Amino acid sequence: MSSDNVAPGEDELQAYVDERLDGPQRAAVEAQLARSPELRDRIQAERRHRASLRSQLQDKADEPIPARLRIANIQTARRTRLTRRAGLAAAALAIFVVGVGAGWLANEQRPSIAMSAPTTSIAQGATAAYRTFVVEVAHPVEVGVAQEAHLLQWLSKRLGRKLEAPDLTPFGYRLIGGRLLPGGSGAAAQLMYEDSTGRRLTLYVRAADGTETAFRFQKDGDAATFAWIDQGFGFAVTAMASREELLPIAEAIYKGLTPKG
Amino acid sequence: MADPGPLIEPLIPALRRYAYALLRDHTAADDLVQDTLERALLHWSSRRNDGDLRAWLFAILRNLHVSRHRQALRRGTVVGIDEEELPEITAGQDIVLETRDVLAAVDQLPEEQKSLLLLVGVEDFSYEEAAKVLDVPIGTVMSRLSRARRRLRSIVDGDRVTLLRRVK
Repeated sequence: MSSDNVAPGEDELQAYVDERLDGPQRAAVEAQLARSPELRDRIQAERRHRASLRSQLQDKADEPIPARLRIANIQTARRTRLTRRAGLAAAALAIFVVGVGAGWLANEQRPSIAMSAPTTSIAQGATAAYRTFVVEVAHPVEVGVAQEAHLLQWLSKRLGRKLEAPDLTPFGYRLIGGRLLPGGSGAAAQLMYEDSTGRRLTLYVRAADGTETAFRFQKDGDAATFAWIDQGFGFAVTAMASREELLPIAEAIYKGLTPKG
Repeated sequence: MADPGPLIEPLIPALRRYAYALLRDHTAADDLVQDTLERALLHWSSRRNDGDLRAWLFAILRNLHVSRHRQALRRGTVVGIDEEELPEITAGQDIVLETRDVLAAVDQLPEEQKSLLLLVGVEDFSYEEAAKVLDVPIGTVMSRLSRARRRLRSIVDGDRVTLLRRVK
């Protein structure tokens, strides 16, 4: 029996360690342990470790809740910010870029060897920007969603292209703001979204060479990116998600880019 | 949606414990819990009714932690353990020694194994709930749990030998 493989009954053994078996299941495991001293030693050690961990950490859970973590106090602190944001948040969602006409090849199966340098560069820039700002708690965005009109006007001006924010609420992501970044030879814009568990998604746009419209998928650690270039601008959507989760979002964004009518 | 205070507050001690076990720093742990609570309140109205509140809060905390941990690794910073947390080590205090070993050993596990041991072994999450918090299939939870405990044993055994040698 290899110790690296999960032997039959391993799930039951783990449940036994966690004291989650009763009656016949428990008796069956105990009979198994009685037959194998080696297994018994292992399981006893695992139970002992579990108990040690619990007892060492118990004091922490017995501490009174500090004032700054009381919900009422956090709510009071939030209230000012909320009043300022109210109403504006509702207007937070729109589209993104106008004037995109060329078609897109949703060709994410395309082998990476065929990827052109500009798309790679866009994806890499987007991933780097994602990693830098998505972990920010204090200042995830430069301009918050409360000033969305100002944000989009400002980013549009610096990009040299009209920029609006796609509505990703069907996917559970809400716009929280954006920022301006250095990108390539000019400026790049990053719009940031967040879902209800705090996962963040970014949309990254900057001027790019090439007219290519091929759709590129890149996975860097657990950050996934779909990137494409269209009419002189590169676009990338990045999130901690699987390709399957991200693809419909990328498609929705692309549809948002397509001129209506 | 109901007033969040009475629903969330009973869960704060467990959130603080989980955060402390992840970070081993009291202030940083409470910062993490505070960020978690602020986020939870921000999204309170959009929270799905069918969701388990406890699993949701732990998932927020864990997502925040994982993002920052990754950032910390990229910066090359190391989160130290609180020296004052370590019990006095004297020969013969086997139980204290082992307790110390387990906490220190858990710190050496990858975050995903560490979180799982804490959620299941300390916070008494069901395997299904833990799968939800960690966003992995239940089968992954079971195999990861088995792996985590094996690895913990080998770390504790290794530490124990080292410590006993040092004490002698």
